[in-house]
Amino acid sequence: MLNASLRQLSLLLSEKKISSTELTHEFLTRIKVLNPDLNAFITTDEEKSLNQARLADEMIATGRSTPLTGIPVAQKDIFCATGWLTTCGSKMLSNFVSPYDATVVARLDRAGMVNLGKTNMDEFAMGSSNETSHYGPVKNPWDRRAVPGGSSGGSACAVAARLAPAATGSDTGGSIRQPAALCGISGIKPTYGLVSRYGMIAFASSLDQGGPMAKSAEDLSILLNAMVGFDERDSTSLQREKEDYTRDLEKPAGGLRIGLPREFFAEGMSSDVSSAVDAALAEYRKLGATFVEVSLPNSRLAVPVYYVLAPAEASSNLSRFDGVRYGYRAAQYDNLEELYAKTRAEGFGEEVKRRILIGTYVLSHGYYDAYYLQAQKLRRLIAEDFTKAFEQCDLIMGPTSPTVAFNIGEKCGDPIQMYLSDIYTSAASLAGLPGMSIPIGFGNQNRPVGLHIIGNYFREAHMLNVAHRYQQVTDWHKLTPPESGN
Amino acid sequence: MRWETVIGLEIHVQLSTRSKIFSGASVAYGARPNSQACVVDIALPGVLPVLNRGAVEHAIRFGLAINATINSPSIFARKNYFYPDLPKGYQISQLEHPIVEGGCITIQAGEQEKTIRLTRAHLEEDAGKSTHEEFHGMTGIDLNRAGTGLLEIVSEPDMRSSTEAVAYARALHSLVRWIGICDGNMQEGSFRCDANVSVRPSDSETLGTRCEIKNLNSFRFLERAIDYEVARQIDILENGGNITQETRLYDADQDETRTMRSKEDAHDYRYFPDPDLLPVIIPREWIDQLGEKLPELPEARRDRYIRDFGLSAYDANILTATRELADYFEQAVRLLPEQSKLCANWIMGDVSARLNKEGLEISQCPVSPAQLAGLLLRITDNTISGKIAKDVFDSMWQGKGDSADTIIDARNLRQVSDNTEIEKWVDDVIAANPQQVADYRAGKEKAFNSLVGQVMKTSKGKANPAQVNAALKKRLVI
Repeated sequence: MLNASLRQLSLLLSEKKISSTELTHEFLTRIKVLNPDLNAFITTDEEKSLNQARLADEMIATGRSTPLTGIPVAQKDIFCATGWLTTCGSKMLSNFVSPYDATVVARLDRAGMVNLGKTNMDEFAMGSSNETSHYGPVKNPWDRRAVPGGSSGGSACAVAARLAPAATGSDTGGSIRQPAALCGISGIKPTYGLVSRYGMIAFASSLDQGGPMAKSAEDLSILLNAMVGFDERDSTSLQREKEDYTRDLEKPAGGLRIGLPREFFAEGMSSDVSSAVDAALAEYRKLGATFVEVSLPNSRLAVPVYYVLAPAEASSNLSRFDGVRYGYRAAQYDNLEELYAKTRAEGFGEEVKRRILIGTYVLSHGYYDAYYLQAQKLRRLIAEDFTKAFEQCDLIMGPTSPTVAFNIGEKCGDPIQMYLSDIYTSAASLAGLPGMSIPIGFGNQNRPVGLHIIGNYFREAHMLNVAHRYQQVTDWHKLTPPESGN
Repeated sequence: MRWETVIGLEIHVQLSTRSKIFSGASVAYGARPNSQACVVDIALPGVLPVLNRGAVEHAIRFGLAINATINSPSIFARKNYFYPDLPKGYQISQLEHPIVEGGCITIQAGEQEKTIRLTRAHLEEDAGKSTHEEFHGMTGIDLNRAGTGLLEIVSEPDMRSSTEAVAYARALHSLVRWIGICDGNMQEGSFRCDANVSVRPSDSETLGTRCEIKNLNSFRFLERAIDYEVARQIDILENGGNITQETRLYDADQDETRTMRSKEDAHDYRYFPDPDLLPVIIPREWIDQLGEKLPELPEARRDRYIRDFGLSAYDANILTATRELADYFEQAVRLLPEQSKLCANWIMGDVSARLNKEGLEISQCPVSPAQLAGLLLRITDNTISGKIAKDVFDSMWQGKGDSADTIIDARNLRQVSDNTEIEKWVDDVIAANPQQVADYRAGKEKAFNSLVGQVMKTSKGKANPAQVNAALKKRLVI
């Protein structure tokens, strides 16, 4: 049951071999046992989850079910959910119970999924290791000394440790793909604008994109069907005809032209990751794919550009956390200035404050042109690189992360090293392109390695197809971490 | 030294859309605090703005009315600053590519017409309100107004006196109401002025250092604040001082302006394009459609009234102060095409005076244009005198009869032009007033007027005054 795919679960549910209530109960019990150590969830609420499960069972009984009805899902704590504590991993929102649903939450609710709880994350999604969370670090289930990646570290951990059949994540510079890679699961960040951002607490609005995290590409495609869709409450949401992301899963991979960016296979990638990627590419060759070297000359600027633009937007997006209307407020203050200063000094963690300061700086009078505007220009150049590359290939592949999971505490004192975790993922984010990660084996200390697949705009169905073909001939995605750590 | 005043105005016009500019909450005024603030207005985590199409249309209508350029794409930007009544910690406004750029408006500066150029007009959201009363050392926040759509209209520094500034503000006030984008209610803050004021030696070409005066919520305050500020600046300069660029607040109670913040304290608003809102693309066809639906504008009407109705520029100006007044005038004139001047005089005179006295708007006038025309018709065809007409007007105002004719008949006010009857009244008056007759014959002209009055009184005002004059003269000469 724990390893069952979403299709298998759906079948068991519709054939009444198991009820949603039983399934939900099983996962909740598992969370109770394993979460105290893994720390993947910030909030669970048995009563709420089981109520939803009962409603799902009714849907099934009365023949109103969808392929996801009755299946539990873990929600990243960045998504507002009515009546749920929604912290975004921050002390600032440690008392915020949302009075409304994010569109993603509402869509999955409507599909009949059961909210298992809210998963841990880097504070306001700022981090690549889940260590910036106010609620403490999450452990990597494959090696509990290691980080799960971030910012969607709780979701990645929950799926990898089989605490949930699937989870939601959000990705600004790699926050779905990098933790998926480090935890040995599959995750996809769709084209910017496909998944509504309404109710997903904003970090960097022009980059943030929600997406699913699951055990396989097939599971991702089923989840994506429910998550994608135009939302009139999000002005950046795209109005497109509805797609079935499962439609091309079984198509053969023969004739596939895979682009390998010179810049992604250069210095910086550790050898264990490199060997695993080579092995995965060899698998694709067997499936009939061909390779073409492409160049993304500006991608080396992706991290610096990202660390100008994302903090700029964040510095403004996080201004609303001022202690006036909701959330944390400092206990002692003598005037308005102090209310703001103390609330924000006490309510935000170090990394969030660092980024607010960077963002405020790059938007300041006299620096705006030199930083923000220059970064915007480079962002366009980075996107144009991809456009050119896709004239030569169907998909781009490379490593998701330059290394396997590092140890908890290892990079905390060195933000620059931490930021380089997103060196391969941030370029696609800046271009608004879809990107995904699938497990392709293990590197040093038996920690998972992920393959990064970048597609052209709206090529999600094709990417999922290519990932699925690989997962049909390999078992990496079926392996489970040891139950009690090592 | 002679000084020249230079004034530019920034006017915030509250758009009369039903809902807010970036959310679906109502903008109705006066609701219970925070009852009209939805999750978007209070800036809960995760919420997003969605642009109100109506607000964009209002801005386009304004742009068309002043012959401006409508920018496409037009960009929304965030203006970042912390204040408790600014829920997001930034205001969504426009910096580069405002929706309206350029354009001009004509004002009446004394006898002269003058063209004032506009720099731009941009869309933005209003903030909420902080209230310090009734909370004993604490501040109450009402977010009902937060997110209400505003059009900020910025003029070039083209005005040279407080009178011109007021004329410009009035013209703009009239225009935004005319095209239906703002209710113009200044008490409720629907039309708010800030003035940029500087002075320079009258032979100088370069602009002096300016001060921005805020909080001018009536035309009277606008005028007085500018006058005070001009005198203050001249006084400083004439005493060898320098003007410091700063923002000043007008205090109506003290009738003075005071420093609010200096340039050094000015915020760095860190404007940047709002990533939550896409650039607004405004297709030509949309602008054309809105242009076709635009009513005839005040300037065009003013010209037409002068040309077609032979009104003076002064009268035409008054009658086009609001669209409702102009419409009232035209409806009356349509029924009485030969008497446009009479219609104009009555509307600017008796009708306006009565409206003023009772605190009513022209749209609430109990006497309809058709009723007024019916009344004026009876003056022109000598059925009643102008004096009796005022009486009939009063009855109509009070609802004592549907039409002038009904009232005239019911009260038997029809003017008497029958000479036999008039001569009889004249004879009666002469017989009853031998002293005045003697006085007149002795050369006291005033006695004549008294006798006319007596005849009119005897006739209960119905006698044709011209005939009374003639008959009296005839009788007294003998």
